[in-house]
Amino acid sequence: MIDQSPAIILLAPFLLAILLALLGIKREWLCFPLVITGLAISVAASVITLMRVIDEGTIQYFFGGWEPPFGINLRVDGLNALVALAVSTVALLTAIYSKRAVPAETSDKVSQYYTLYLLSVTGLLGIVLTGDAFNLYVLIEISALTSYALIGMGSKRATLAAYKYLIMGTIGASFYLLGVGYLYIKTGSLNMYDIQEQIVANNLHGSPTILVAFILIMVGVWIKMAFFPLHAWLPNSYTFGPSTTSALLGPLVTKVMIYVMIRMILTVFSPEFAFDQLDWSNIVVWMSVIAILAASISALAQTSLQKMLAFLIIAEVGYMVGGVWLADEMGMVGSIYHIIADAFMTLCVFLFAGIIFTKTGRRDLSAMEGLFTKMPLTMVGFLVGAFSLIGIPPTAGFFSKWYLIQGGISSGHYEYVAALLISSLINAVLFFRIIEIAYFGAKPAEGHGHHHEEEHNGGPTEASFSMLFPLLITAALLLGIGLYNQEVVAIITDFVSQFNIGAIIL
Amino acid sequence: MELLEALSAKFNYWIYVIIMMIGLYAMISKNNLVKKLIGMSIFQTAIILFYVSIGVKEGDTIPILYHDQVHPSHGDSHHGADTGHGEDHHPSHEEIVANLHIEPDDFANPLPHVLMLTAIVVGVATLGVGLALTQKIYRDFGSIEENEILESIKSAK
Repeated sequence: MIDQSPAIILLAPFLLAILLALLGIKREWLCFPLVITGLAISVAASVITLMRVIDEGTIQYFFGGWEPPFGINLRVDGLNALVALAVSTVALLTAIYSKRAVPAETSDKVSQYYTLYLLSVTGLLGIVLTGDAFNLYVLIEISALTSYALIGMGSKRATLAAYKYLIMGTIGASFYLLGVGYLYIKTGSLNMYDIQEQIVANNLHGSPTILVAFILIMVGVWIKMAFFPLHAWLPNSYTFGPSTTSALLGPLVTKVMIYVMIRMILTVFSPEFAFDQLDWSNIVVWMSVIAILAASISALAQTSLQKMLAFLIIAEVGYMVGGVWLADEMGMVGSIYHIIADAFMTLCVFLFAGIIFTKTGRRDLSAMEGLFTKMPLTMVGFLVGAFSLIGIPPTAGFFSKWYLIQGGISSGHYEYVAALLISSLINAVLFFRIIEIAYFGAKPAEGHGHHHEEEHNGGPTEASFSMLFPLLITAALLLGIGLYNQEVVAIITDFVSQFNIGAIIL
Repeated sequence: MELLEALSAKFNYWIYVIIMMIGLYAMISKNNLVKKLIGMSIFQTAIILFYVSIGVKEGDTIPILYHDQVHPSHGDSHHGADTGHGEDHHPSHEEIVANLHIEPDDFANPLPHVLMLTAIVVGVATLGVGLALTQKIYRDFGSIEENEILESIKSAK
């Protein structure tokens, strides 16, 4: 069983998705336990896999015993073991949150919703674990197709947003597919590690075909991760979709695509090619500076909580893309650490937004008036998430920014450091505005969206346990990842140091 | 002349790029949501064309072994049967492999073609989701023209 752990990570949600589709339609009460079972198995397998990676180094898992380049394999190293654990944990926590939210928001489609939910998580986990470039495309499409449907189940506006996302997402994935085609022309292989070996063995780094492949893959991945000028699909999709969908996709989709970018740069094309030979570092870091500033300023202008958070995600994408392209070991470590930290901070604030939306039925900031007295525990969870996004120690957000800024300084990109600091200040303004409304604001206005479970007349009360529990766990995890950042960073440094990124720039 | 050579030697790439740009143009500039989806289909088909064309070689055939390649009629069958259909003598797998003379250059590369089977399935699924979303949009907004939908959102505010 232990040997199979990498496969179990994605097979557990996949098989349970099929089971759920068969059994769930008639027996709605089965859906929630099945989802939790599948994701709990997945989390356990991720933990085991991570332990094994720490002990034994890279794990290879061959499907059907066929070895690459002919067969398809999962290849787990320090990078994807961590990301897979983050993805499955976020999915599990969101699933716990969904217990009440899903029947309330999509009452007639509970089993369909959960089936798509599990398939989407399968796709995301598959992207993280696979060692095959074409499989990566298929898994991107699996997670994307299910997320279009998950978003489309929301309000009127959500359907339109999902349509827009579908068009943009298809363009992005198609560009990626084209890039893989060009790689295949030149190397005759689809396995990521084999492609890398072929490129080195045949000395293909100067080839224009490889350059075209690199550009196509990067543009495709940037569209999928909503890197600033290509972000148009994101804000409305995450604002108007069901709250569970936002809490699942908001933290995960963009981070997983950043993982894909890192994987492509480090493993497939090699950092010498991406950073040294192309010399794009300056341009891309400047692009990320613009992304961070533009998205942060757009977030200031929003009156809806979800939309503000959506723009914060775009700013965070800028952090990570910039951190990767600093072409510095510390920047790379910071980016990878930020993937994990940001997944949990985004989850934390999106869970909070979901709770507020279920309790008050409103999305605007004034819905939070006086919540500190009404929902103290919810606000504590939110505060940790907000402090982490601002970057106040000892939360995870502080340490990831610390590493990113160190990377920026040591590689000499001071504009990136400045953008990070300005964005942190803007985050502080954003969240202290909410805290002010929630702490000092007037009593909550009555008469808005009493659709469910508002037993008392005095406005919202503390959220139910199934919603509060994941929020508080996430908050605790944020503190935990922050306090134990050295252990996490040790795993990442172990992985990154084999690529000698810092040495190239010197 | 050089341009002509570049065009003719790599015409499959030119054609796929042209088709892809037609699709991209439709996706970006068309106002009707169904037309956008048609553009998306064209866009994806262009990529399928690209993949299929890179598997093709000059003078090749489909990557399937014919009967007489596996059971050659002039072969060394002991029974001396006229065609060697192998009804009474089944050569073992190893014998067949040892007697085979396969030139990889004679066959089209099947791998890109097989990959495209998956991509076609993905394309169909994407189109299906897109059409379902369009239907829901029509039900909610009463229109599939983008400008009319945006106006109705604006006026609702």
